[in-house]
Amino acid sequence: MQALETKAIEVTDLTVAYQDKPVLWDIDLDVPPGVLLSIVGPNGAGKTTLIKAILGLVRPAAGNVLIYDKPYEMQRRIVGYVPQRGTVDWDFPTNVLDVVMMGRYGALGWIRRPGRQEREQALYALEKVGMEAYTTRQISQLSGGQQQRVFLARALVQDATVYLMDEPFQGVDATTERAIVTLLQELRANGKTVVVVHHDLQTVEDYFDWVMLLNIRRIASGPVTEIFTPENLRETYGGRVAFMKE
Amino acid sequence: MLQVQLEIQLIAIVTAVACALPGVYLVLRRMTLMSDAISHAILPGIVLAFFLTESLSSPLLILAAAGTGVLTVVFVELLQRTKLVKEDAAIGLTFPALFSIGVILISRFAGNVHLDMDAVLLGELAYAPLNRLEIASYDLGPVSLYVMGGILMLSLVFIFVFYKELKLATFDAGLAATLGFAPALIHYGLMTLVSVTIVGAFDAVGSILVVALIAGPPATAYLMTDRLSRMLILSAVIGSVNAVSGYWLAHLFDVSIAGAIATMTLLVFGLIFLCVPNRGLIAIARRHARQRWEFAQTMLVIHLLNHEGLPEAEEESAIANLHEHLSWDPTFAHQVVRYALNNRCVLQEETQLVLTEHGRSVAQQALVQ
Repeated sequence: MQALETKAIEVTDLTVAYQDKPVLWDIDLDVPPGVLLSIVGPNGAGKTTLIKAILGLVRPAAGNVLIYDKPYEMQRRIVGYVPQRGTVDWDFPTNVLDVVMMGRYGALGWIRRPGRQEREQALYALEKVGMEAYTTRQISQLSGGQQQRVFLARALVQDATVYLMDEPFQGVDATTERAIVTLLQELRANGKTVVVVHHDLQTVEDYFDWVMLLNIRRIASGPVTEIFTPENLRETYGGRVAFMKE
Repeated sequence: MLQVQLEIQLIAIVTAVACALPGVYLVLRRMTLMSDAISHAILPGIVLAFFLTESLSSPLLILAAAGTGVLTVVFVELLQRTKLVKEDAAIGLTFPALFSIGVILISRFAGNVHLDMDAVLLGELAYAPLNRLEIASYDLGPVSLYVMGGILMLSLVFIFVFYKELKLATFDAGLAATLGFAPALIHYGLMTLVSVTIVGAFDAVGSILVVALIAGPPATAYLMTDRLSRMLILSAVIGSVNAVSGYWLAHLFDVSIAGAIATMTLLVFGLIFLCVPNRGLIAIARRHARQRWEFAQTMLVIHLLNHEGLPEAEEESAIANLHEHLSWDPTFAHQVVRYALNNRCVLQEETQLVLTEHGRSVAQQALVQ
């Protein structure tokens, strides 16, 4: 019965290695449509690598990834990606609106330039993340939280079905964190599937309905209520975890 | 102005603009050192193709040399990918190896051909108009003007057509890859363009100064604008200004044209670096100085406000005692008082300082923050 249902993301037997050092060992992960899932695990657990492997940014040594039953290359248009803030040069000579419009480039394809329609979509997305006052701001003048909102707006204009976000809460202030959570929950309410690399164990139960515990191999994945147990966490973090459910 | 002077300046401008445009992307990708590497590593390609064609501006030579340039990029990246060598060391290992092959080839075989080390390193713009394009004995102008003009057109078309793709791949290669824009393809496209440009410019300005043409104007323009499109236009303008002013500098002092252009490149950069509003060194220094005075003034008005209307006010706000209460140098205290008086934050009543309405609100605002 379970096998017949369509999965938003289906990862099977995925192994990623740098040289001969495995970063991910034989990962299986099924993400049903419409869930808000966090990938949780210690530093070096391979969380970012898993996201990158799903997006085809790193080549797996073995295994397979399907997005709605098709390989990623065929599903680019329905997948939105929010990389870590630190991966780009924020001194690049461009402004907020321009960065957000980059989210439309995939739909535009090669050579065609963004126009008024893309501009309006970008403005709408900026409003959604509360950054409409910053459209013409040079990106180097943004705070960390504002940079993160710009990245989210850029993913929103992709109008994707599946979103993959790498540490969207890293280094943002409390207001931005709340704004992002509201946005994520809104996406889920609209039937989108959202996968978030997350490292704050305290907030997993409040923010997410599904969780994947990862440490090179998959420890467990499923609804937070079933999976987010002290035993599983101890197994993931090797007993070094201070936070425990009472 | 003589026709030959005009021709030299035209060649210089076209070469400068052709170098500046791809240079913008190299500067933004932090890859200007790669242009240095390419400009040296193409030497063996040039020498080998020169033996075959016996001409420094044949299309075959440009292609062969540009191929060597792209090969340099590939070698550097392969070395880097082993994770045993970092990028700067990989560049430092690759291009001298290729360059030295070129040097050995020249010294061993080029005794009887026109190709010497000085021309390779420095080029000679003054001789560029001597090599003419003639069809059926009609003089159509210097060959290098056509070569660089063609390369400039190539650059313009490439950047215009792939403007969006180049921008995305330069700003966020990861997103470019996930959206299907093949950043590696764009990267090698750009590197091919850079190699072709360097080979073309090589003839005129040599392998060392071409780096100044590639890195100088974009680095200067980067200080002046927040928009990529403007950075491209400014780079082209600055490159042209450097070329023309460099030519006349060389004319005036009877020195190497390429050397003078590189000198102007540095001078113009230095000028902008110092003087550009908001982010130039002078603007930064003035901002810091102003902030220092503003801050001192704020300390003064807060001090006055804290003791206002209290029994000790007379003692605390006496101008003569200020430096002791605030532990300031007496001259500095005196200057701050003058600054605050000028800004109408305080008034002098005999030996006392009194807050104005404005001064009081400045103090209150500072305390609220």
